[in-house]
Amino acid sequence: MNPLHVELPGLSLKNPIMPASGCFGFGREYSEFYDLNKLGAIIMKAATGESRFGNQTPRVAETASGMLNAIGLQNPGVESILECEVPFLADYETPIIANIAGSSLEEYEHVARTFNQTGQVAALELNISCPNVKEGGIQFGTDPVMAARVTDRVKKASDLPVYVKLSPNVTDITAMAKAVESAGADGLSMINTLTGMQIHLPSRKPLLANKTGGLSGPAIKPVAIRMIYEVRQHVSIPIIGMGGITNAEDVLEFLLAGANAVAIGTANFQNPFVCPEIIEVLPAVLERYGFQSVQEVVGKGILT
Amino acid sequence: MKKEELIVKDLKEIALETYEMVLENSFVSMTAKPGQFLHLQLDGHMLRRPISIASVDKEKNTVTILFKINGSGTKHLAGYQPGYVLNALGPAGNGFTLDSESSTILLIGGGIGVPPLYHLGKQLLDKQRKIISILGFQSKDYVFYEKEFQELGETHIVTNDGSYGTQGFVTDALKNIGDFDSYYSCGPIPMLRSVSSNLEHKNGYISLEERMGCGVGACFACVIPTDNNGGYRKICKDGPVFHHKEVSL
Repeated sequence: MNPLHVELPGLSLKNPIMPASGCFGFGREYSEFYDLNKLGAIIMKAATGESRFGNQTPRVAETASGMLNAIGLQNPGVESILECEVPFLADYETPIIANIAGSSLEEYEHVARTFNQTGQVAALELNISCPNVKEGGIQFGTDPVMAARVTDRVKKASDLPVYVKLSPNVTDITAMAKAVESAGADGLSMINTLTGMQIHLPSRKPLLANKTGGLSGPAIKPVAIRMIYEVRQHVSIPIIGMGGITNAEDVLEFLLAGANAVAIGTANFQNPFVCPEIIEVLPAVLERYGFQSVQEVVGKGILT
Repeated sequence: MKKEELIVKDLKEIALETYEMVLENSFVSMTAKPGQFLHLQLDGHMLRRPISIASVDKEKNTVTILFKINGSGTKHLAGYQPGYVLNALGPAGNGFTLDSESSTILLIGGGIGVPPLYHLGKQLLDKQRKIISILGFQSKDYVFYEKEFQELGETHIVTNDGSYGTQGFVTDALKNIGDFDSYYSCGPIPMLRSVSSNLEHKNGYISLEERMGCGVGACFACVIPTDNNGGYRKICKDGPVFHHKEVSL
């Protein structure tokens, strides 16, 4: 038996490691470094109904133990992604998760329906938490009623399992998690980036052209762990955990806090091989801490 | 492009806040083309730093980079002593297209945009081209590689404050040079904008600088528009070199 195997709604994963949305494009670039069949799954960059150019540059800034980004959901639109990007990934034996975004309920439905029709993606990650676009995304991610509504509509628009990606930029993330679970979400994906800002001293102005950006990297890991730990105790649907993971010990920490699988984002930029390297050492790290399988670890860190 | 380890062989300050670092790695020295860069990992820094390759020595298996201290990353880089092993993704990006038609080439560099033009100039000289260089710096203290470029051909130095060479901008020096067939330029965006509009009817290539994320084309941090209709190129992957008419500065 494969000790790394994880079974989630719509996803039979050979291991719990997947690159996070927005940090891996549509896989092509990293396929030049290693075989994408090694990955548990691949979460594609966000898709919207039409193509989007995104924000002005600079779009990234380094911070202590992390980075800020404000890309602004740049993507060629769902039709083009299906035509030009999905076929490349579909050749691998790695499930594809499509991250979907929009600025209206209708756009979310349209993108979900379009992916559903092709039968080439295994699940949807519902992006209601992008902090970097003016319309859409975040307003659905900060109000439990709106979050439930978009979850319900997307569930009805497609047969695919839906993992709702939650924003940490809320007062009560548990309320958000419960709201989307009641609305039919099959799983959660958490956490998205934390909104932040950096001022550039020479120009005396915000460094990012968008002024604010989403903070990611090891700096946000304790926030992610805390939020997953809290949410795990109030929902029963699986959680794909993310936020600052750079090594296999971090993965174990996320699993102990209650995540069922994990996604790795910013760390890919520093080390393009981070995902396969973690997969390689994960069995030994599990064993070192007294576990035989990933399955066995989930939620073991929660004190009752 | 690969993830490679490079050994620091030499480091020296060649102008104010400007360093020349020689790194040993056979793969990079054998494969690097002018205009490509190394995406360097620095201890304690989340994001790698893209640094242009200034020259290679295939016999010694070395590659030379030049960088200016511009923040904590480059300050950290300047602290690495000979023997230290650096990790880089590279050679990254697409380098300069060597125009086979042109016989006289103009190189226009601004500040820390000068280094990739040196690698290019050396290759063009090997191909028997006539090279004219215009190099612009803030002031006398920042001037570097004047002698190296003079070995390639006629070289004009411009400083913004007039403390060395001609006072002004690189575009001010354009009237002092003879005719040429095509140009290659690297420097800050405002300089490239001015160069490209001054030389609108010439065939030219420009190399762009931008803050990068992944450096491999996956994160969409360093894009540049090609038009007003949503077209774009990724600087790290499609560039950093573009034909001056390919991108909208």
